[in-house]
Amino acid sequence: MEAHADTRSLPRRSPPAWLLGLVPLLLAVGLLGAFAVLGGPGLGDRPGPPVEELSIERTVLAPNSIELTVRNDGPDAVTLAQAFVNDAYVDFQGAEHAIDRLRAQTVHIAYPWIEGEAYEIGLLTSTGTTFTHEIAAAVATPEADLGFFGLMALLGVYVGVIPVALGMLWLPFVRRIDATWIRVLLAATVGLLLFLAVDATLEGLEIAGEGAQALGGAGLVVLGALLAYLALAAVSARIEARRSTSEAAGASPMRLAALVATGIGLHNLGEGLAIGSAYATGALALGAFLVVGFAIHNTTEGLAIVAPLGRGGVRASVGRLAALGLLAGGPAVLGAWIGAAAFTPSLAAFLLGAGVGAIAQVIVQIAPGLRDRAGRILDPAVAGGIGGGVVAMYATGLLVSA
Amino acid sequence: MATVTRRRALAALAPVLGAGAVTRLLAGDAAAQEPHHVAATSAGGHHGAAADGHATLQHAGFRKGGRVDHERNGFHPSALARDFDEGTTSRLASGQVLREWELVAYEKEIEVAPGVTFAAWTYNGRVPGPTLRAREGERLRISFRNASRHPHTIHFHGIHPAAMDGVPGIGAGLIEPGRSTVYEFDAAPFGLHLYHCHAAPLAAHITKGLYGAFIIDPEEGRPEADELVMVMNGFDTNFDRSNEVYAANTIPFAYMEEPIRVVRDELIRLYLVNVLEYDLINSFHIHGNFFEYFPTGSSLRPSEYTDTVVQCQGQRGIVEMRFATTGQHMFHAHQSEFTELGWMGFFDVCDDPDALCDLPGSP
Repeated sequence: MEAHADTRSLPRRSPPAWLLGLVPLLLAVGLLGAFAVLGGPGLGDRPGPPVEELSIERTVLAPNSIELTVRNDGPDAVTLAQAFVNDAYVDFQGAEHAIDRLRAQTVHIAYPWIEGEAYEIGLLTSTGTTFTHEIAAAVATPEADLGFFGLMALLGVYVGVIPVALGMLWLPFVRRIDATWIRVLLAATVGLLLFLAVDATLEGLEIAGEGAQALGGAGLVVLGALLAYLALAAVSARIEARRSTSEAAGASPMRLAALVATGIGLHNLGEGLAIGSAYATGALALGAFLVVGFAIHNTTEGLAIVAPLGRGGVRASVGRLAALGLLAGGPAVLGAWIGAAAFTPSLAAFLLGAGVGAIAQVIVQIAPGLRDRAGRILDPAVAGGIGGGVVAMYATGLLVSA
Repeated sequence: MATVTRRRALAALAPVLGAGAVTRLLAGDAAAQEPHHVAATSAGGHHGAAADGHATLQHAGFRKGGRVDHERNGFHPSALARDFDEGTTSRLASGQVLREWELVAYEKEIEVAPGVTFAAWTYNGRVPGPTLRAREGERLRISFRNASRHPHTIHFHGIHPAAMDGVPGIGAGLIEPGRSTVYEFDAAPFGLHLYHCHAAPLAAHITKGLYGAFIIDPEEGRPEADELVMVMNGFDTNFDRSNEVYAANTIPFAYMEEPIRVVRDELIRLYLVNVLEYDLINSFHIHGNFFEYFPTGSSLRPSEYTDTVVQCQGQRGIVEMRFATTGQHMFHAHQSEFTELGWMGFFDVCDDPDALCDLPGSP
């Protein structure tokens, strides 16, 4: 209504704001279009041979069949001419035409591979460049049927939900201890989250290195972290705003617990993703005590969720607690599904990054609660708690990194 | 996947779960745990076909449907195997026969596998270069013109004056782009030799295609035979100093697609030369037959009766054999890696050279 009034008061009609906003964009599009139509006047061709970059995003093994999803990661189109497996040329289907920049095509090789053996798949392009892909130990890629999703769900529950739920059983204990010890526990939670953040960052960067660099590479980890941090910060600010109108201002223990659960949940999404993909590619040997190791290791995540609830006699219903546990552990199931059925390094890097961002936001939220009466954060109790959290994660992590 | 991180180690849980009855139910047929092995069948003929849904790898081979464009390459491996260049002859005042050839070095893009091009350096536009054939005691005169962008030479194996050796710094030395020279010497000793460029870097100048077979027949000649030449070579298409494709006469699997037609009981004489760069040795193996081997062809008496010979780079020898039965007989390097990267083929043994041969694999 105001805008309408303004228009009338002006001597001549001024264009609407959205049009003004659109003008530079249209000009840019027009200019670029003309530039492209004219073939980039003055620039000439790039010197040298075509730059060919390929990344193998996904490998699917079925009896007598190897299938690769190949993405063109470079500036020029790539034509696959021949393929070889372990130094022998093979027939293959797919990728009949050149793969354009950022596009992916599937190469299907009929090959009598043997379970547990290593294979090197090579792709020879029209210019004679080769791209090789290692299969460390050939295992049939599980078919994405109901049974498989059930197995992945069970796996997620086992490594995500159950340990977290077990850890949450510390709640009665947390309620009994005094304020200083609560601070120490919260600090330990921060330490634990710091460890997970660093661990996930390193993992994300490593996986990003395997993916298509043209899609962002390591930058995807940072992008995921930033977006998750911003999203969680916005959600948290909104909850804060609602609360401050109805209740007295101050950090709500339940909100903190929910945030911790969300952060750990996003982290477990990335974790589940890695589980699913590693299971699908059968990359690992087994030690039964790894199960025990993970139970201990992930149980600390449950403690982290209930630590904020120890303060101020918060009442939490069993239903709410179960919801928190599912929020933290459940995404492991989802991650395992995605990881096993549709794993790509770029997606994994992004989701691992998202977990890091979520954790960073949770740490920022917890930090004010660590202050002592004098307002200091890093007093001996908190410093010790953080250190203890990191060391606990490191030590229990040793159980599974054998 | 070499390092075991926390997350990846989680995957190790799966088999533990798999041991549980519940998981078995969930996992259904547990297809993932079954070993998969399909024996390669060995019926003759061309590359395998997945007729029943199983991968029946009959032989290694290129992607089906692809063909090297021999016409565009300017040479066909089937023709090349029987192509001997005797040059032009005249008589010197002394009565000695003068045999002359013209060789021109130039760059040429060739297709070394279906759809894969390679920027080759050639003598007379083909790889290997022409198979030069002379008779012991003749005067040989090879006019060499360098029409490429790099300095080259022709270095002949055989007995000749130092100035005619075609190495940098001796005699004419390096022949710069646009320049010419004449190599002249008497044909000696009789046998199977080779020639190649000797410019530095040597490996690059050889592996890019500057080589060929060089035959000096003994004065009294050799018994009548169906004669073939095979120059065993390979190409480093990605410049990592190892070969991506292997072959006899340049085109991998060429004699799988088009077997070399020979006649039963007829003497076959194969001039076999190894110029392969980057690999220490190469070899030749024949199926269902034995041959007499004349190392370097410099003696008229065979040194060995065998079905497999080994040659290092620059080594060569003459293979003589007869096939007692018709049908397809395989030949290949007996380094399986070379075999499956292109160096294999078939002899198709027929009763009548003019009639159509048997179907692949039939007795």
